[in-house]
Amino acid sequence: MTAPVVIAKELSRHYEVKDGLFAERQTVRALSDASFKLSPGKTLAVVGESGCGKSTLARLVTLIEPPTTGSLEIDGISAVPENWASLRSSVQIVFQDPYGSLNPRQRIGAILEEPLKISRPEMSASERTAKAREMLSLVGLREEHFDRYPHMFSGGQRQRIAVARALMLNPKVLVLDEPVSALDLSIQSQILNLLIDLQEKFQLAYLFISHDLSVVRHMADDLIVMYLGRPVETGPKEEVFANPRHPYTRALLSATPTADPLAKKERIKLEGELPSPLDMPAGCPFAPRCWRAHDNCHTERPVLDGNQHSVACFYADVED
Amino acid sequence: MPLLEIRNLTVEFATASGPFRAVDGADIVVESGDILAIVGESGSGKSVMMMAMMGLLPWTATVTSDVMRFDGQDLADLSTRERRRLMGKDIAMIFQEPMSSLNPCFNVGYQIKEALRQHLGLDRKERHNRAIELLEQVGIPSPEKRLNVFPHQLSGGMNQRVMIAMAIACSPRLLIADEPTTALDVTIQAQVLDLLTGLQRDTGMAMILITHDMGVVAETAERVSVQYAGQKVEEQPVTDLFATPHHPYTFALLAALPERATEKHLPTIKGVVPGQFDRPSGCLFSPRCTFADETCKSTPPAVQPASLGYARCHYPISAKTEETA
Repeated sequence: MTAPVVIAKELSRHYEVKDGLFAERQTVRALSDASFKLSPGKTLAVVGESGCGKSTLARLVTLIEPPTTGSLEIDGISAVPENWASLRSSVQIVFQDPYGSLNPRQRIGAILEEPLKISRPEMSASERTAKAREMLSLVGLREEHFDRYPHMFSGGQRQRIAVARALMLNPKVLVLDEPVSALDLSIQSQILNLLIDLQEKFQLAYLFISHDLSVVRHMADDLIVMYLGRPVETGPKEEVFANPRHPYTRALLSATPTADPLAKKERIKLEGELPSPLDMPAGCPFAPRCWRAHDNCHTERPVLDGNQHSVACFYADVED
Repeated sequence: MPLLEIRNLTVEFATASGPFRAVDGADIVVESGDILAIVGESGSGKSVMMMAMMGLLPWTATVTSDVMRFDGQDLADLSTRERRRLMGKDIAMIFQEPMSSLNPCFNVGYQIKEALRQHLGLDRKERHNRAIELLEQVGIPSPEKRLNVFPHQLSGGMNQRVMIAMAIACSPRLLIADEPTTALDVTIQAQVLDLLTGLQRDTGMAMILITHDMGVVAETAERVSVQYAGQKVEEQPVTDLFATPHHPYTFALLAALPERATEKHLPTIKGVVPGQFDRPSGCLFSPRCTFADETCKSTPPAVQPASLGYARCHYPISAKTEETA
């Protein structure tokens, strides 16, 4: 097995917010204690609902923000802000909305060449153009698209451009923040296939962030399930899907609609909604909505425990 | 007599670059107690169709139809006053984005009571009680307090419940839900879908569910109509549609679902939905269809009989050809 390219240890990110002029400062714990390893050619999927810290995690790994606590190592180099500049080209990101992430006033060629201009200043203009044209064909676009503007493309083609731009610097890690959720079903499969091909070709490590479990099930090798800023279950995809141990994972799986009208299944109904991250429950974050919760769940917080397939729950393997 | 009957509905928008046909000869028939799902990709005209029926389209739109009747009443030549009496009472609609469809300047209670005052003429006390009852019905905890909060104080799921409460306030006979759960998380989506199907069962109202999510369709609908580029290409009961799709588009769409994948590479549909300028002259799906031949490219196909799911196709896929293929 190859050495992991990203090693994250207990990453946390807290934000201070003030609600009014004289109000006391409050801390939003957007992400707490996330640890994982990401290997070349593998896909690690992060799933969870809105507000669970998925996008914060993406920002940390993409070096947009430093973690509050914890350590991040990319390609053997510690990712502290002093080293960010040298690591930038190793980690790139593809955003969710291809309509918002491309500059409407730049031609596709300029969009693709910009990362090279910034990070590879020694490259000549003709080399840059050649590289951009090569990348264009690699993501399944045609030569004549080079001089067009983003508005001339459909959503799926724009997402191809966004992927091409991310790959211009030959990154080792690609962070995919909901890359297909803004696309129609018939286009979604084209982009997923492209991502699979590129991963094989360049041995890319994907951090795949999504809320769509059927896409995750198809793409991922490993899985982190997050709830309210904390990983509650991690493990190899097959195991987590076949044998979900955390009650939240079970609820999430049962709530995802399956495209089979004959599959009559028991749906676990969760009461209530996500608590506010300003007002975290003292114990397990999931306890207020959990049907297995006992008294100690409300006072003590379970830690992520286990080897391959770990779970943060006191009653992980209790039969319902 | 069906509750809602629309035949050959066509909607054309006058745009700066010429007319654009958003809906092209669509038929919808809904009986009371039915749950019909309309599935299609963005730009397939599913929302426009419903807006045309409700009379909510701007003046740039030209709506024509052979028949457009709700409960025997012709919707096309209703006066504005008559239309306002019908919409919101007998026909109600839930929109996709709860955050932007509620008025941020009024509290939730006011917005629910508005419909009650307009349509049912209840007095103050009755309105108040009915509003509490409605919030209870849609599963909002401590409803009395919630009447006084504003939309920005509630989460997306809660706002969607308020929208549902407003829609069912006057016990409509037809509820149109336009992507009711697209903006919501899966666990909240499950709650909202259960709520909608539960209400439908209890009150016996008819429901039209507009969505692009095949999973939601499979779990809630009874009948499914598949829409492509403004045309209905297929209509079948939900189990039959998922088991034996007859139109190549439905077939390809179902095959592209990641959960149906048998190998790492997903089957795809090449190309994109035709737009205003590249509308094919024959079958609208022909440029993307794997089975298309010359006939498909030149002649628009006729609608097949019910046994073939009303497929709008020259060569519908039947169970037999699938076996040999």
